[in-house]
Amino acid sequence: MQRVGVFVCWCGSNIAGTVDVQAVSEALKNEPGVVFSTNYQYMCSQAGQDMIKNAVKEHRLTGIVVCSCSPRMHEATFRKTAAAAGINPYMVEIANIREQCSWVHKDMLTGTEKAIILGKAAVAKVNLNTPLIPGESPVTKRALVIGGGIAGIQTALDIADAGFPVDIVEKQPTIGGKMAQLDKTFPTLDCAACILTPKMVDVAQNENIRIFSYSEVTEVKGFVGNFDVTIKKKARFVNEDICTGCGACVEKCPMKKVPNEFNLGMDNRHAIYIPFAQAVPKVATIDPNACNMLKNGKCGLCARVCAAGAIDYKQKDQFIEEKYGAIVVATGFNPISMEKFDEYAYSQSKDVITSLEFERLTNAAGPSAGKLIRPSDGKHPHTIVFVQCVGSRCESCAEKGKEYCSKICCMYTAKHAMLTRDKYPDTEVYVFYIDVRTPGKNFDEFYRRAVEEYGVKYVKGMVGKIVPEGDKLKVQASDLIANRQLHIDADLVVLAAAIEPDKSARPLATMLTASMDTNDFFTEAHPKLRPVESPTAGVFLSGACQGPKDIPETVSQAGAAAAKVIGLLAKDKLMGNPCVAQSDELMCNGCSTCANVCPYGAISYEDKEFRMPDRTTKIRRVAAVNPAVCQGCGACTVACPSGAMDLKGFANSQIMAEVDAICK
Amino acid sequence: MKVSYFPGCTLKNKAKDLDAYAYRSAEALGITLEEIENWQCCGGVFTTANNEVATKLSSVRALKEANDKAQPLVTVCSACHNVIKQTNHAMQNDKAFADKVNRYMAADGGYAGEAEVYHYLEMLRDLVGFETVKKKVVNSLKGKKIAAYYGCLLLRPNSVMRMDDPENPSIMEDFIRALGADAVIYARRNECCGGYISVESPDAAKKNSNAIIENAKAAGAQMIITACPLCKYNLVKSGADIPVVYFTELLAEALGVKEDTNGK
Repeated sequence: MQRVGVFVCWCGSNIAGTVDVQAVSEALKNEPGVVFSTNYQYMCSQAGQDMIKNAVKEHRLTGIVVCSCSPRMHEATFRKTAAAAGINPYMVEIANIREQCSWVHKDMLTGTEKAIILGKAAVAKVNLNTPLIPGESPVTKRALVIGGGIAGIQTALDIADAGFPVDIVEKQPTIGGKMAQLDKTFPTLDCAACILTPKMVDVAQNENIRIFSYSEVTEVKGFVGNFDVTIKKKARFVNEDICTGCGACVEKCPMKKVPNEFNLGMDNRHAIYIPFAQAVPKVATIDPNACNMLKNGKCGLCARVCAAGAIDYKQKDQFIEEKYGAIVVATGFNPISMEKFDEYAYSQSKDVITSLEFERLTNAAGPSAGKLIRPSDGKHPHTIVFVQCVGSRCESCAEKGKEYCSKICCMYTAKHAMLTRDKYPDTEVYVFYIDVRTPGKNFDEFYRRAVEEYGVKYVKGMVGKIVPEGDKLKVQASDLIANRQLHIDADLVVLAAAIEPDKSARPLATMLTASMDTNDFFTEAHPKLRPVESPTAGVFLSGACQGPKDIPETVSQAGAAAAKVIGLLAKDKLMGNPCVAQSDELMCNGCSTCANVCPYGAISYEDKEFRMPDRTTKIRRVAAVNPAVCQGCGACTVACPSGAMDLKGFANSQIMAEVDAICK
Repeated sequence: MKVSYFPGCTLKNKAKDLDAYAYRSAEALGITLEEIENWQCCGGVFTTANNEVATKLSSVRALKEANDKAQPLVTVCSACHNVIKQTNHAMQNDKAFADKVNRYMAADGGYAGEAEVYHYLEMLRDLVGFETVKKKVVNSLKGKKIAAYYGCLLLRPNSVMRMDDPENPSIMEDFIRALGADAVIYARRNECCGGYISVESPDAAKKNSNAIIENAKAAGAQMIITACPLCKYNLVKSGADIPVVYFTELLAEALGVKEDTNGK
């Protein structure tokens, strides 16, 4: 028989305001096994914990019931207290009489009655508890970063700096991500390439970092500290190790009319290409959908001019298997498609562009060498209309847009408007907005400069319709403050398209069993207190895959994710969760039901010899649980038709004892 | 295949063409339009006053009749379609409204929005299929540049109408292409023609309609098609110098049934 101590917490007035704590501790005194019962103002405080420790000694307690807040809040605290007092931490049970009792009831009588019942259930369970010892698992001291944009780059650099090896998997032929496409960055207006490309070079030169470019993660198995990952290195038909990036092949390639994705299709590239001059790795890639040699075997010019002999038309996709201790998701974002927003005539006119296209148009390395021109006729635009929130904050049109605020558009639109007025003072610039949202260090000052010093015309209201007529774009809009309709003949319209998570995020989340919200942004373990960790142990979040973010915020989060990874990789061993499933082999009939429902792949089958009652031996197929992989979800215990599966710490007998105590 | 058909008042007066061509084309495509017995005016406009029941009753009667015959209800006029589809949606989703209506009607067994409502264009796309239409074309309209004019009522509110993307629709363009002609895309194809404002201030309607026609012409259109009698009225009244015709007329022409042969 256990010797149980009951400790009822007041939580100040949080519990004591609605629950008669004295009555609860008195009532629980008479429960089977209880040898001591008391109450105290703050059980989690040092004094409260000392009270528990002293009671363990004085009353030779073997089990502890704490009636307090949710176990999510303080179970770990009281388990530590128990361990310090010399009893197994899993001999502690928490009765949640705060969130599930005092906070939801208004009446002292009902609250007290329910608290007593919850306490009785916990006592009934702890009577059946047995000491549990967590297993240990080793930690593979290597991290995987998925995505090589500024988020992935910063995370990888920080982890590598701490001395741990890191691999970056990037699906494009180069790292750099969206930031590499930008012109200048707010609010300081330094050029994106000038601050990003040195970091890309750092990545390339860091001996702790390997880059798998033009690659994708195809399979993830295992668990925190011990992930087994398969990476598909797509055939680029160029031997990366010997290509020098000289570009001779690109010059000679006759297929010159492939839309250049780096410039968002505003100019063309060759079938063999290096995305941009500062690409890392600076290695050519052949686009198999455009290359004549790969499509019909006619050409081969690039192979002939390549002095290094790096071209390999027979290259195949390669699959690499690697072990990692931690995985960082940094899959980033994309602007949404403008297909469903044709009131802005994006599909009808080349002179209606997105903000990212505007970045390329003003970038010195872009399709117009940085000269702001109309894509249709190359003329200088004199009137430019910027439309914000295209698809953002779109409650009424959630099926075509996004309900959330994309966060970065107000600032980059202010930047675009300001830079345009600075470089081309003869240009009239309008910005249509729902609200201007510019919190952040030096952000609001930046926006005000655009209005006050640069004379950008900010209009509160939205554009309703854009009609291309002749070489003008007829913009019809409302000015909500003046309460009138505006008709503007614009030369160029720039749409601040909402941003959404990259399409690769959803399948990746499935592979990682990491949770996502309805918008496909990765969910953090706690929105305030654990913002860079996924609820799945060992998976961390960096950058816009978790929510819309600008560069400063992304870099901060990337560093934070790296710090968490370093903390994990610095450990030699991880303590597992001892509350895992185990199968009673004598009862198991090997039906596979449990293995089919296990979301973690923790159950396998083995043939075992059994001594039968008639002294013969029989070989039977029975389930075996890998305790290192099992997460203790309990799905198998429910599914098992013969009742052979049980969860340690939450055994069927313990749950039934709780139910009995509640129903008595 | 037989479907229930709600023509609407205008189709029996000003827009008799729209009606006749709809009948004959449907026959040519193997669909019989069975006119709802004793149908009444749809109400003309779907009022958003949610305590308004009387003007919506005729729509509910038509819907119920189609449902009792287990047939989809097909409409042609954009305005009728808009009213009937919105009324049906209200019967499905607004319990208080449906309750009130059923009390008024004392309908046998009641009605809860079970009928399926198709605009004639949706019937062509979803029940017949534009591929089939294409195969039945005898007079191809090849080389003709035709602009589809949607107006407002056909597509909006999208959450109820569910016909097509209200800002970037394609159903009428696909229809034009099925008949062999070139579809002209222009920005004002889903802008308002002026609607009933033509009664109060004809100039305002004229301004809107002119902008639509000019925009279509600038995009190269030689003809404009519409499904709405009021749209047609406003476009023609504003002095259109290119033909504005009902889409069913174009269909009848392509299918070779434009000339009246069997008295209908």
